[in-house]
Amino acid sequence: MFYRETGVLKTTYAKDMELFPIPLDKAGFVVVMVLAFFVIPLVSSHYMLVSIFIPFLVFSLAALGLNILTGYAGQLSLGHAGFMAVGAYATVVMYNRYDVPIPVALLGSGLITAAVGSVFGLPSLRIKGFYLAVSTLAAQLIIEWVITHVKWISGGVYSTIDIRALEFMGWQIDTAAEKYQFALIFVVIMAFFAKNVVRSRIGRAWMSIRDMDVASEIIGISQFKYKMLAFAVSSFYAGVAGGLLVAFYYGSANIEEFHLLVSFQILGMVIIGGMGSVLGSFLGAGFIVLLPIFINLTISFVNHRIVDLSKVFTLDLIANVENMIFGALIIFFLAVEPFGLARLWNTIKDYLRLWPFPY
Amino acid sequence: MPDGVGRPLLKVNNVYVSFGALQALLGVSLEIYPGEIFAIIGPNGAGKTTLINVISGVYHPSPGEVFFEGKERTFMPPHHVAALGIARTFQNVALFKGMTTLDNLMVGRHLQMRSGLFASGVYWGWGQKEEIAHRKVVEDVIDFLEIEAIRKAPAGMLPYGLQKRVELGRALAAEPKLLLLDEPMAGMNLEEKEDIARFILDANEERGTTICLIEHDMGVVMDISDRILVLDYGRKIAEGAPEEIRSNPEVIKAYLGAHGKK
Repeated sequence: MFYRETGVLKTTYAKDMELFPIPLDKAGFVVVMVLAFFVIPLVSSHYMLVSIFIPFLVFSLAALGLNILTGYAGQLSLGHAGFMAVGAYATVVMYNRYDVPIPVALLGSGLITAAVGSVFGLPSLRIKGFYLAVSTLAAQLIIEWVITHVKWISGGVYSTIDIRALEFMGWQIDTAAEKYQFALIFVVIMAFFAKNVVRSRIGRAWMSIRDMDVASEIIGISQFKYKMLAFAVSSFYAGVAGGLLVAFYYGSANIEEFHLLVSFQILGMVIIGGMGSVLGSFLGAGFIVLLPIFINLTISFVNHRIVDLSKVFTLDLIANVENMIFGALIIFFLAVEPFGLARLWNTIKDYLRLWPFPY
Repeated sequence: MPDGVGRPLLKVNNVYVSFGALQALLGVSLEIYPGEIFAIIGPNGAGKTTLINVISGVYHPSPGEVFFEGKERTFMPPHHVAALGIARTFQNVALFKGMTTLDNLMVGRHLQMRSGLFASGVYWGWGQKEEIAHRKVVEDVIDFLEIEAIRKAPAGMLPYGLQKRVELGRALAAEPKLLLLDEPMAGMNLEEKEDIARFILDANEERGTTICLIEHDMGVVMDISDRILVLDYGRKIAEGAPEEIRSNPEVIKAYLGAHGKK
């Protein structure tokens, strides 16, 4: 209702630089967090947690990683599924073979992925835009090849390793609700970290490279250092997301789950959600992960309750209708708001700011 | 203002730059002394911007040398040159268009700040303290340039005159020892020019910034500069106080003469 900054006056710079400068935002955030941590695991079914909320969280983290690189530092990557695969196998290998506690294994695989990502980020010093995208495509293919062909990592050509039962300091993480909460803790902490990085010195350096690299160099920002840092941080997020995906969602590391299409999906999340927005990464992941499920449910509801679609269409057409609606919605949202869902959200907020007295 | 006395802040010695067959600079030398306003003028294509690019490290001369505060820095990359205390603006506005005015100016503080990835990411504590300290410096510059109202507006949305002003602010936020301005008044109307001229003089007097500028408006150049260097086809044809330049027959022939009497 009274969502506004009018009358919310700041007297110190610290107040002006708060994450949630508007009181209602702050309250809203607390409500969302309480819902996410306590209410959702209580009220959701096993199916909802396992096939909706956990993948949503994990892909949000992956999208956030790519958003740091593409949305903030302006460097394209089509290798993020590959980076997730590195994190996935690193987690399983560390946890299964070396008994590394699971949080340490996840962060450790993040670091390993950061190292790998930095190596594949080196071409960004010489090439930009589409050409860089193609060179990161090479990262995707090389990583897939290495993982399937090095026995020590993948255990052979099938490249599937099951992760053993999850346990951390005596806590058996076996129910879906516990897995969800564990993943949520990781995602929330890492999202805050990312938000803080992008709104202070490092983030400004990245955005300056994105907006005008010549001027940023002249101001004293080393292009080498900050491009490498962007690749490292971005792949760190992708690596942790890959580890979470395997440990808390699939239950086994399988290279088939990290093919090129997944890279495009993550890029789609970033573009639809909004480049250069932490919130946008979550909205985009929600869109790509949740929308197909939602369309599917709607169609089957119509099918069973309203009209028997199989009398009108053939069965395989119904499956394709799902994809068609999904594709059409992507185009619709991009046409309505090319800067993504995050921008749409801001537009709504700007409108509410003056509502109900627009003059 | 000190005219050619004491130790030079910047010394450019016999610099040559060529792009393929095109000779952009042919043996140009100059000295800029602390506290002065030094102007570089010349017809289009005379090599003025190239000279600024050599000073800020975008181009490296061959042969030729550049000294800053007595130390040679001919082959430094631009981001090291910036660390020495040289800031600049561009002929075509080079703002970070997706960032707010405030963030643009905060980028100018980059080299004075220390926060790394972890201080930034954790934020509470050291990172926040540093942000606030530098925000104060930036707010002083915002006050100085009278751009308070556009503090949180995206730089790309601002009108051209204000963009130029924000770019000047970004350079001033770095608190440089030497400020290079490449046509700070290009495309402005008289009022805007007067504003910028006032900011340049104030920056020079109040903040003690040494300024080297390229400008086409002879009236402004003659009014605000302490010394002027005239380039023509990559060569230095004159150097001296405004009165000397105005009466120098060589300059009148090469440059002013083309535009009639001034």
